[in-house]
This record gives sequence, structure tokens and C-alpha cells, in this order.
Amino acid sequence: MSNRRFSSVIKLSLLSLVLAFTGNVAADPVRAAFVYIGPTGDHGWTFAHDQGAKYVKEKMGDDVVITTVESVEENSDSERVITSLARKNDIIFTTSFGYMNPTIKVAKRYPDVKFEHATGYIQADNVSTYSARFYEGRHVIGKMAGRMTKSNVIGYIASFPIPEVIRGINAAFLAARSVNPDVQVKVVWVYTWYDPGKEADAANALIAQGADILMQHTDSTAPITVAEEKGIYAFGQASNMREWGPNAQLTGIIDDWGPYYLDRVQAVKDGTWASQDTFDGVQQGMVKFAPLNNSMPVDVKNEAMKAIIDLSMGAIHPFTGPINKQDGSPWLAEGETPPNFPDLLTMDFYVEGIDSKYPN
Amino acid sequence: MIKLIPRVENSKAMIILSPIIALTLTALSAFVIFIFILEDIKVSSVFFTLFAEPLIDPYYFSELLVKAAPLMIIGLGLSIGFRAGIWNIGAEGQYVIGGITGGAVGLYFYNVEGFWLLPLMALAGILGGMFYAGIAAFLRIRYQVNEILVTLMLTYVAVLFLSAMLQGPLRNPSGFNFPESRIFHDSAMLPIIWDGTRLHIGLLVAILLSILAWFGIKKHMFGMQIKISGSAPRAAKFAGFDDNKTVWYSLLISGGLAGLAGLFEAAGPAGQLTPGLPQFYGFTAIIVAFLARLHPIGILFSSLLIALSYVGGENVQIDYNLPSSITQIFQGMLLFYFLACDILIKYKVVLNKTKD
Amino acid sequence: MNESLFINIIIGISIASVPLIFAAIGELLVERSGVLNLGVEGMMIVGALMGFVVQFHTGNSYLAVLAALFGGMAIASIFAFLTQYLLTNQVATGLALTLFGLGFSAFVGRGYTEETIQLITSIHIPVLSDIPFIGPLIFSFNPLVYIAFLMVYLVWWFLFKTKQGLILRSIGDNHDAAHAIGHNVVRYRFMAILFGGAMAGVGGAFLSLVQVPIWGEDMTAGRGWIALGLVVFASWQPFRIILGAILFGGITILQLHAQGFDIRISAQYLSMLPYLATIIILVSLRMRLKNKTNRTVPNCLGRIFHSTT
Repeated sequence: MSNRRFSSVIKLSLLSLVLAFTGNVAADPVRAAFVYIGPTGDHGWTFAHDQGAKYVKEKMGDDVVITTVESVEENSDSERVITSLARKNDIIFTTSFGYMNPTIKVAKRYPDVKFEHATGYIQADNVSTYSARFYEGRHVIGKMAGRMTKSNVIGYIASFPIPEVIRGINAAFLAARSVNPDVQVKVVWVYTWYDPGKEADAANALIAQGADILMQHTDSTAPITVAEEKGIYAFGQASNMREWGPNAQLTGIIDDWGPYYLDRVQAVKDGTWASQDTFDGVQQGMVKFAPLNNSMPVDVKNEAMKAIIDLSMGAIHPFTGPINKQDGSPWLAEGETPPNFPDLLTMDFYVEGIDSKYPN
Repeated sequence: MIKLIPRVENSKAMIILSPIIALTLTALSAFVIFIFILEDIKVSSVFFTLFAEPLIDPYYFSELLVKAAPLMIIGLGLSIGFRAGIWNIGAEGQYVIGGITGGAVGLYFYNVEGFWLLPLMALAGILGGMFYAGIAAFLRIRYQVNEILVTLMLTYVAVLFLSAMLQGPLRNPSGFNFPESRIFHDSAMLPIIWDGTRLHIGLLVAILLSILAWFGIKKHMFGMQIKISGSAPRAAKFAGFDDNKTVWYSLLISGGLAGLAGLFEAAGPAGQLTPGLPQFYGFTAIIVAFLARLHPIGILFSSLLIALSYVGGENVQIDYNLPSSITQIFQGMLLFYFLACDILIKYKVVLNKTKD
Repeated sequence: MNESLFINIIIGISIASVPLIFAAIGELLVERSGVLNLGVEGMMIVGALMGFVVQFHTGNSYLAVLAALFGGMAIASIFAFLTQYLLTNQVATGLALTLFGLGFSAFVGRGYTEETIQLITSIHIPVLSDIPFIGPLIFSFNPLVYIAFLMVYLVWWFLFKTKQGLILRSIGDNHDAAHAIGHNVVRYRFMAILFGGAMAGVGGAFLSLVQVPIWGEDMTAGRGWIALGLVVFASWQPFRIILGAILFGGITILQLHAQGFDIRISAQYLSMLPYLATIIILVSLRMRLKNKTNRTVPNCLGRIFHSTT
């Protein structure tokens, strides 16, 4: 072999060695997909999930490829969307309860793909569930509302009578009552997660009936715009809605999914992913708050801050006895806190003191 | 100046050509739109995903058929009424009611197995849809209230009724209080005809029905009755055809078939009753019927085409991050062009060169 | 019930009824000319979008309303061209218009879902608005509310007090005879359809410019279909549109209030009331009119006009 040839062989071998080595280190990126029930422009529920997805991309850069699909209806079509994603992704986040059965079905057919279902209650070897203790957020805003209301009527725009929504109403009411024994909560059910017109109508009706603070468990910014227009207070839902209610928003409950999403996607990359059920709150950083409105009196702000700190240290539980159910029957004894299951996860009663009739 | 001159008789060539022209125009318009909104994506690959992939990939093809089945069934029923000038716009509501009545039967017997359950559920679904459409028939005959409005208003009522049922009597007792029914047990689920997919017996029923409908319209007096009633009600009355009977038949048949489609959806791809049962099949089927010129065999093809646009459109949405409204625009355009090109059958387009 | 709650309810009902009044009065004129346009929902949503977009970019409410008006007209012109010149089936074309309008507005509007705008504010007439009780109730509405009522009057005046209105009605009743006399059936219908589109567009804009200052897909939520029902409910008489719109808007608002008052009926059944009420009212109207000889349905409604020249 000539010298020239020999050196090219060496160069080629070195090159391939380097490529092989770096090829192993720079492995294929993890492919993560997110299924959204609404548009990211709702600036509410879906927006918050999308922020979480963006957080993952920001932290993992080229190590992750993210696909998002918006406005996927909760019907039999969703199974096809999830399947399409399962064919090309390593982990899929389905961000609404209604995707539960389709997620389970697809997970059975794609055992090597990981699935994360939000607010669901069925797990499998490759299906995790996750949810946030939003009711902790309601506890904080409940205290603020109890203090800031002058008419003693809190208007609550509720979507569907499912446990998560009931938890929110109960927590808000209890917290408000704890600082204001005369306060009441009026609930209007709009039977939709997102319908700006209807949410606005409900807001107006509640205001007409005396509410001077609004809370919502629906996804649009409509109620807060009504509050802004009418000069009353409200709270941002799932994200900071200050832009729509600069004066109205006292604070907002922010769903911070980013760290959890990063954790799960990283676990897939590292091969350490395992099925689990997550139900995190303020302590784990999943529930956060928008900056408190400065127009509130100092003592109200301090009380709210204390509540947030207490929650973040796990020092208090929004549902601490003695608490009875709306019909008077006992629920929690003095100092008792409820277990996740069945009390919290299947909550289907109002607590004592709420005037509104429990739906159906 | 463009002038329209009526042909002596319908152009046979145009009957075949006009839908092709319409499809081509739609594709061209879509092409133009895509060029504008897709900056760095190849338009050809979008077209492939939209039109070709669902036909080539077995999974997507099976899904195409799954989506086409309810469109066929409802479209067939509607076409019968439309021929007679009876405008059932509320098939969506009848579909929901059929899903509820049929599904409720399945849920009632949730711990009982037996091959008789499914036919019973199907019957319940058909009867539910028939009853619901019958309300409109009754109101039209007795009080001359327009069936377009009644069926439409009742659609909203049906969807709310579904919500009420899922919150109450039909709710899964061990379902954490979510507004969904139990998952249907094995006896209450439709048999799958293509292993590994969601394609169920509903497709075969749809094809069978269309063949039956074709014969019915061709041979039976009933078909002629409907054909004439639609085009000239007064003449129909003269010839002894009963206008009232036509109203009943049209609404009951279209309602019954819509109800059946609702049950098929609940006991098929969905596998339970949820608030997501209504999927606008009832409205899309109207388009399907028109694209098929109300002809039963044509409905087979137009359902496949519309189902293709759904499945392909969804994949375009996923792969290229385009909004779901693309599919709606495409369907709207297709219908516009199709209706416009229809005129070529009856009229000749002549360009008149005028001096001034 | 205290006074301010009463006023609030009345105001709420008025706000809910205005989009319906606009859309219905436009469709009334169209149907009087013998055309059935089922595309009202599509025209309304396009108007809602156009109004929002222009308001967002210019901050000028007048321009925004005009944009909505022209947007509705533009999309209505597709329907007009197809049905009047290409003689297509009106039911199918109207449905296609709704479908296209919904898709088009959702598509173009997707960049605007995170934005917000300034609402059109209510007026304040120096002396009149300050009269206790009546002031806030009658004289303090948004300009579009007053325009809606004005349009109803204008349509009535046009149909029953002008020669062109008479011609239009005659076309709706017997297009062949009208054509034989020498009236241009196609032109009258075309203009009527454009007017219907303009009105529907403004009605839609009311939603995005007055009710809630945001844009969302499908924000019309079926109001276009309700408007179609209103036209029949009103027996094609302009002033009855107001009654129907208030009734319908009223029930929608009242069911929300009923929940606040803890009325013991489930929310879903309460929500059904507006739709059932429409049907019941249609039936009761028919029962009353059954014995009268004057027919109010435009005879040629929905029939395609084939010119024989």
C-alpha cells in the first residue's frame, strides 16, 4: 500500500470512528406530542398546557421534537388523532378528561409508546394520569374574594358538575366564609368549557343578581372582560389574564405544567419512565399565582401571601374539618383532612352553608 | 356576455363531467390557498396527505370507511325526503335521540349477554329517530309548520337532552361522576368486520340499504310518488298521491335511518354514550346527499369523498400544523363548485360576442 | 325584585336580542322576495370576524361596523350569484354558505384569538339618560341597538310604503307574473340577498364588538339559525321580529338568571326553553292564521326562477 493510500485509510477509519462515537451520543430526539381540547388562543386551559410544551422545548432544545394538535373534539375521532400521533411519537399528553377511553384503547395497541392523561382516573403500564390541586388555588382566591366583596355575593361561572369543578366551588366557598361569615356564592352552570358569549351572559346575570366578584371554571377571557367593563373584580383562570382585566384581575390561578412535562419527557429519554398518578399542588409548583393586584389593601394581600406560603410548605389543607355536607351530614371531623379517593376525586356534594341547589 | 341557453334534454356527458369539473376546480382553489399559506412546505406533499394517504394506508383507509358509514346511512334517508321536497335539516337531532334510545337499551342490559341485544338496540335506535322526526311530520301536517325550523330547533333540544341524560339516569355509577355512560359490554358492541380496525358492520348495512333504496326508487311506485311530489306538488295531488303520506314516509324513514346511524356510532367507534356523540354527521349528510344528486349509489361515492376530506384534512392538520377549519373551507368550496357546475347539465353556456 | 336588577335584566335581554334583530330583518327582506337563504349563520360569523379584525387594527368602530357590513355582503354575493344566475338549489347553496363561512372565518381569525379590543361604548344623552329608571332603560344603549330598531322600521317602510317594496313583494308571491309585467326578478332578488348579508354581518359584529371584546371560532353559536326561525315566527312582518327576538333573547338570559335564583329545574331543561318556545309559538301562530284567508308566506319562497327569455 502506498503512503498516500495508507493515510487516507487511516483518515477514513478515524472519521468513521468519530462519527460512530458522536452518532451514539447524539441519539435521536425524543418525540413528544400534545393533544389539546381547545385553541391555544383561549388563553386559559389549553394555553397553559401549550406553555408547558414550549417549556420542554426550551429546556431540551434539539433533544426533543414536539407536535401539538389543537381543538380535538372529545368524541370517537380523538382515537384516530391519538393513533396518528402514537405512530410517530414516543410520549403523548392528552390534556382533557374526555380523551380517557380513547387513550386507553390506543395505549393497548402501542405498548411501547407512553401516554399521559390529564385529569383521568385509569392507569395502565404505559398510561400515567396527572392532575393539579386547583382547589388549593381556589382556597387562596376564596380568601381574597371574601375580603374584597362588599355585596357578600361571589358569582361563580361553572362549566360541568364534575368533581374537579365541585372541589373548586367548595374550596372557594369555605375559604371565603372563613374570613367573611356573611358571604354567599351563586353558581351558574353554562355546560361548556369555552363559549365566550355564554360566559359573558352568565357573568352579566350574576352581576345583575348582586355579585361583585367573579370566579370562573370556564376557559375564555370573557368573564374577566365583563368584570373589567362593569368595574368589579375577578380572577384569571389557568393563566394570567391581566391583559383582559387590568383593573379587574386580583390574581389568577396559573397551571404550571412545564416542570412536570419536562420531567416526564426526560424520563422517556433516559429510559426511566414508569406509570404513575400525579396530583400536585402549590407545594410541588404545579399551581401558581399571577401577581397580586396592588389595589388590594395590604392586610388582604398579606393574608393571601401567607396562605400561598402555607400551601407551598404543605402546612394547610383547604379541606380541614369540621366540615359537614350541604344536607347537614358530617364529612370531616375536627382537624381531619380527606383522602384523595373517594372524597376528593369523586366529590359530588356541596359543603354546608352553600345556598345554591346542587345540580341534579 | 355569458348566456345560458336551456338544453333540449339534459346533457348525459355533463352528468359525469360536472362533478369532475367541480372536484378539479376545488383542488385548484385549494392549491392556490395552500401556496399562499404554506411558506416552506411543499404543496404537493400536503395534497398527498390530504387525498392519497387515506387511500393507501390501511389504517386510515379503514377510518375513512368508518366515517363514511354514518354519512351513507343518514344521507340515504335524507335523499328520500329531499326528492319529495321535505327538508329534514334536523337529522343530527334524530341521530342523537337514536343513539340515546338504542344506547339506553344496551346499558339497561349491561350485565346480560346475548346475540339478541344488538338487534334490539338497533330497533330502539330506529324507533327513537323515527319518533323524533315524526314530531316534525305531525306539526307540518296538522299546523303547516315548516319542517326545516322544527327539525332544526329540535336538534338543539336533543343535544341538551343528551347532556341531561348523561348527567342523570345514564351516567356511569362508578365513573367518578363524570357525565359519561358505562362502556358498552361485549354483547352491546357492533361486530368488527376488519380485524384490528374500528370498521364495523354498519358499513355493510349502509351498502345494503343503498342497494335497497336504489331498487325502491327505480321499481316501486313509492319512488315515483316521491319523485313527482317533489317536482310538482299540485300535479301529485291531482294524480291521487297523498301529500300527507309522503310527509310521514319521508320524515319517518330519514329519522329512523339517522337514529340507526346514531346507535351505530355509540355501539361502534365510541363504545359508550358521551357528550361527544353529536359529530355533525346529520348536517354533513345533507351535503353528501346533494353531492350525490340524491341518488342512492351516488351517495356511496359522495360519502367516501367527504370522509376522505375529513381523514385527510385531519392528517394535514397534524402533520403541517394547519387549522381544522381548512377541512370546512374545502367542503364548502366543493359544494359551491358542485352546485355551480350542475347547471352545465341543464344549460349550455354560450359566450355572446356583442359589438358594444 | 329590585329596580336595578330589573333594569339589568331588560338591558341583558336587549343585548341578546340585537344580533337576532339584525340577522332576522335582513333575512325577512330576502324571503319576502322569494328566496330562502339558510346561510345566515355563515354570514353572521364572517361579519363578527371582519368587525373584530378592523376594530383591532384601526380602533375605529365605524370602520369596523362597515367592514362587517361589507363582509356579510361579499359572502352573500356568492350565494346570490349561484342561486340567481346559476339557478342552484337554494337549500343546498345556503348550507354550503354556512359551512364555508364558518370555515373561512375560523381560518382567517386564528391569529386573533388572543387579542382584545375596545368595546363600542353606550351613549349618554345629556338630559334623557339621566331620567330615573327610564333613562338607563331606554336612552343609554349602544348606538347599534338603536340602529337595529331603525332598520326594522326602514324595512317595514320599504316593503309597505314604497313602489319598489310592492314590486319586491309581488316577486315573492308570483315571480312568473312579475316577470311577465316586466320587472327584473333576478336584480331585485340579488339586491335583497346582498341586503340580507349586510344585516347578518352587522348582527354578527354586534357579538364581537359589543357583547364580548374577543373573537372565537363559532362564536355565533347557532344564532343564525334562530334568526331563520324568527322570520317565520314573525310571519314575515317586520315589527314582529322585535317581539320574537326579545322573546328568544329573553328566555336565553332568563334561564341564566333562574339558576342564580335557584329555580329547581335542571339547567339543561331550562336551556331547551328558547328552542321549544320557538316551535310552540310557530304552532300557535299557525293555529290563529289557519282561518284567515290572507296568506303571509311568500308564495314563491324557495322556488327557483327560470326566466323564459
